[in-house]
Amino acid sequence: MNGRQILVHSFINEQVQLPYMKDGMSEKNAGAFVTVILVCSAQLLTGFGVFDTIGKFAGAGVFVPITGFANSMVAPAIEYKKEGPVMGVGAKLFSLAGPVLVCGISAGTIIGVIYYFMK
Amino acid sequence: MKNKLGKQTLQFPLLPRIVGSYSIVGEKEGKGPMAQWFDTILDEDTYGEKTWEKAESKMLKQSMLQAIQKSGREKENIDAVLSGDLINQIMSSSFMARDLAIPFLGLYGACSTMTESMILGALMIDGQYASNILVGASSHYCTAERQFRLPLEHGNQRPPSAQWTATASGAMVLSSTDKGDAAVKQGKKQAQGKEMREVYISHATVGKIIDTGIKDANQMGAAMAPAAVDTIVRHLSDTGRGPDFYDMILTGDLGLIGKDIALDLLSGRGLDLTAVYNDCGAMMYDQKQDTHSGGSGCGCSASIFCGYVYDEMRLGKINNALLISTGALLSTISSQQGESIPGIAHAVAVTTKGVI
Repeated sequence: MNGRQILVHSFINEQVQLPYMKDGMSEKNAGAFVTVILVCSAQLLTGFGVFDTIGKFAGAGVFVPITGFANSMVAPAIEYKKEGPVMGVGAKLFSLAGPVLVCGISAGTIIGVIYYFMK
Repeated sequence: MKNKLGKQTLQFPLLPRIVGSYSIVGEKEGKGPMAQWFDTILDEDTYGEKTWEKAESKMLKQSMLQAIQKSGREKENIDAVLSGDLINQIMSSSFMARDLAIPFLGLYGACSTMTESMILGALMIDGQYASNILVGASSHYCTAERQFRLPLEHGNQRPPSAQWTATASGAMVLSSTDKGDAAVKQGKKQAQGKEMREVYISHATVGKIIDTGIKDANQMGAAMAPAAVDTIVRHLSDTGRGPDFYDMILTGDLGLIGKDIALDLLSGRGLDLTAVYNDCGAMMYDQKQDTHSGGSGCGCSASIFCGYVYDEMRLGKINNALLISTGALLSTISSQQGESIPGIAHAVAVTTKGVI
């Protein structure tokens, strides 16, 4: 990551979390709150059509947090709305996130099995 | 075969004329350096329609109808319409032709469709199967993105070699008869009060597919440049013309990177075209518009041929031009199956001199 990306990344991950922790929340709980806020705001920004512009500026800095995942769900939802709610949005909603989920869960399962036998 | 020169070049002794042309471009293209040459620049790329596909189809239909009007002909005088675009089953063209009630031949040559349609139209006229043929092509950034790449709002990073599919369409009326063109009366600022020349199609070189094994769909310029060079070299050798015969040699959508590659490959073949060569994709956008390697799409070469080139030829500023639309004949399936990109390029020689 270059400087610009690190800046945005650390802003998102650290600065959003701090106010919650100041109010006495545990780091774990604050993390969960931050995740929810990041997902919601990325969805909103995608809907308003500005997330791709931010992505262009910040690169991986704005994608590595869970925001990239939210964007990859909402973008097809908007795009395929015209083909209808079932065969359009329904069929295409996971067209970007689906491959990531399948591969991620598969990798997790395989490594889990290996870990089980090695332990 | 008296009208075939060499291996791939056709000559048209009856000299089909281009008697009217019309170009429509989107908002972004209208902010680029070529803006003054387009007939219509859209305020927004939806063109008042609900879907991008409908918008593209409407652009193409408007170009066609306006080209007929500018040629001073009626819809009933047109013998056939030849058109293509990038969308699956050439949707934009078929739906454009749905309401025209003119015999329709749909074409797919990816971004080479404009010259493909010009060649076939000129052949129909020169073979005396038609007097007036309507040819055209279109592309739309938003329809192409959703079909070939990712949803518009997905914040993916485009590599430096990526090209921007132009939201553009162009149409021409080719004719066997009279001067026709009503551009002087109807149209453009530049045309007023000046003597207008006739524009003829004299030769065409049908390209063959050249595939150098490039698999990256973001390297279109590199994939198509060898095909463009092959067609240019073939055209010059078939016709016996030197590169200095042409005032302008214009490729379709190699983009900035592809243009450099083409010039390199040409100089490797002993041809220095630096003075006359340019590329529509490289001309379409300003560097500041952040399109990376320039424009692409059927509409890129279609709108520049129908706007800039045709107008300049009518005014006699260009007398001999070689137009080469370049196409990358990949599909979404072929890329996923790991196939390389077949490139193609068709050339059309246009002239203001009424002799071959």
